[in-house]
Amino acid sequence: MTTQDTAPAFSVRGLCKSYGETVAVDGVDLTVAQGEVVALLGPNGAGKSTTIDAVLGLSAPDAGEVQVLGTSPAAAVAQGRVGAMLQTGGLIDHIKVGELVRMMASLYPHPLDVDDVLDRVGIRDLVDRRASALSGGQTQRVRFALALVSDPDLLVLDEPTVALDVEARHEFWSVMRGLAAQGRTVLFATHYLEEADAFADRIVLMAYGRIVADGPATEIKAVVGLRHVRATLPDVPLDALSALPGVALAHRTGEAIALECSSSDDALRALLAAYPAARDIEVTGAGLEQAFRMLTGLDSRQEARA
Amino acid sequence: MSQATYVGYEMLRTVRNRRFLLFSLGFPLVMFLLVAGSNRDVSDFAGTGISFPLYYMVGMVSWGSMAAVVAGGSRIAAERQVGWTRQLRLTPLPARTYLGGKVATGYALALLSILVLYSAGMAYGVRLPAGSWVRMTLLILVGLVPFAVLGIWLGHALSVDAMGPALGGLTAILALLGGAWGPLTGSSGWLHDLSELLPSYWLTQAAHTAFTGDAWPLKAWLVVAVWTVVLARLAWGAYRRDNQR
Repeated sequence: MTTQDTAPAFSVRGLCKSYGETVAVDGVDLTVAQGEVVALLGPNGAGKSTTIDAVLGLSAPDAGEVQVLGTSPAAAVAQGRVGAMLQTGGLIDHIKVGELVRMMASLYPHPLDVDDVLDRVGIRDLVDRRASALSGGQTQRVRFALALVSDPDLLVLDEPTVALDVEARHEFWSVMRGLAAQGRTVLFATHYLEEADAFADRIVLMAYGRIVADGPATEIKAVVGLRHVRATLPDVPLDALSALPGVALAHRTGEAIALECSSSDDALRALLAAYPAARDIEVTGAGLEQAFRMLTGLDSRQEARA
Repeated sequence: MSQATYVGYEMLRTVRNRRFLLFSLGFPLVMFLLVAGSNRDVSDFAGTGISFPLYYMVGMVSWGSMAAVVAGGSRIAAERQVGWTRQLRLTPLPARTYLGGKVATGYALALLSILVLYSAGMAYGVRLPAGSWVRMTLLILVGLVPFAVLGIWLGHALSVDAMGPALGGLTAILALLGGAWGPLTGSSGWLHDLSELLPSYWLTQAAHTAFTGDAWPLKAWLVVAVWTVVLARLAWGAYRRDNQR
């Protein structure tokens, strides 16, 4: 680690990238300081992977500027200061897991001890297995080891837990916590709010190719953690329901009402106090995607585009 | 940081690929044993002034070594398909070492194929002065350069599915037109003219050089050089297209 290095871990300015007619990223600005653990949170198609590819120098942006550790992405990669686990990717054949990790370690100026990495990621028992003959979860762990073995200053993970079961996910994040505690910068993409909340100091929310919110995990969680209260309650005007504490918006379909709540606790108390006739009450978390649409008014924008 | 370690593992992977190894070395050897075995005593084959086993040995060497170096680069397609090349682009490994590793494994396999066929040729009575063996081998190694570049181009331009038929067909045509499977002297003039413009023709002609002591004519060097440059341009274009998504 170059502790005296005060450049941001990376900075992205005015990033735009389209694939044909599809606008993947539409003007993203993001600066991450060294030592931060940042989650890039958003639904599929939000532009997370495109942003990550630009940070890693894997794709050339249509517009905008990317700097990594005070230099270009390519130079930072060439210096061996970046470790990454891409969203998709298999391993090569005719090589054993242990050999593969050693081969990758040999490419870096200051790699970690290979045996140590194998232990940390929990793949010691796989060293003599053929790399191409592993299960999805095992492959994912090996890929994690390959990202780690360089002892990177910046670790970038694109949806790292997708192929993992619950237990493996848990283990994965506990390893990550240890790494982050050593002062490494970590950027990871996820579409699980829980993962972002549990692990990141800072959450960057993306939707439709833009950053729609950026802040400490607790703050973002409150914003995204909207809940819906549904009930059967005839004959009460929507205005009255919208005016209840904790309610942001009210909808009605026949006798059924749906309340979008900033605080479902307050809303529920008020609802029952004012309208004891309400029945079939149900409280659900709003999906991430739905929360984005509501928050950003992107619903209407999407329709306008279509 | 050691690129030698990386290339070493590439070699190991090639050696471990048993079926690939077996077919690459086996087909030319079996063809040589079958065809040359039944024509062992022909001392002046089709007016070339060369014994049949020598002619056919060099023909099979051309075909086998050509296929080996093309296959070296073509393995890039499989590594692209699983996303491995993207992973490697996130390491300090320079592209030239990655590509060089593929060329090196292709050449290693080609050398192995050459040695196997030389041994078989000697078993069938091929005798040459030591200097001729060396000169012939060096010319073959030079003649293989455009094929190594061809492999790298195909590895970036084609999918894994297309690679099998493309390699089989392409090396067969190049070997046939290059005279590796028999001389084209009986063919009409234009076919012979065409074949002289192919690098595979001059690969086969390395035998003549060994036997007669004549150097490759200027035309041979030009053909090899031009093919190398043209294929390198194509390979570079395909490499850039693959990397700039």
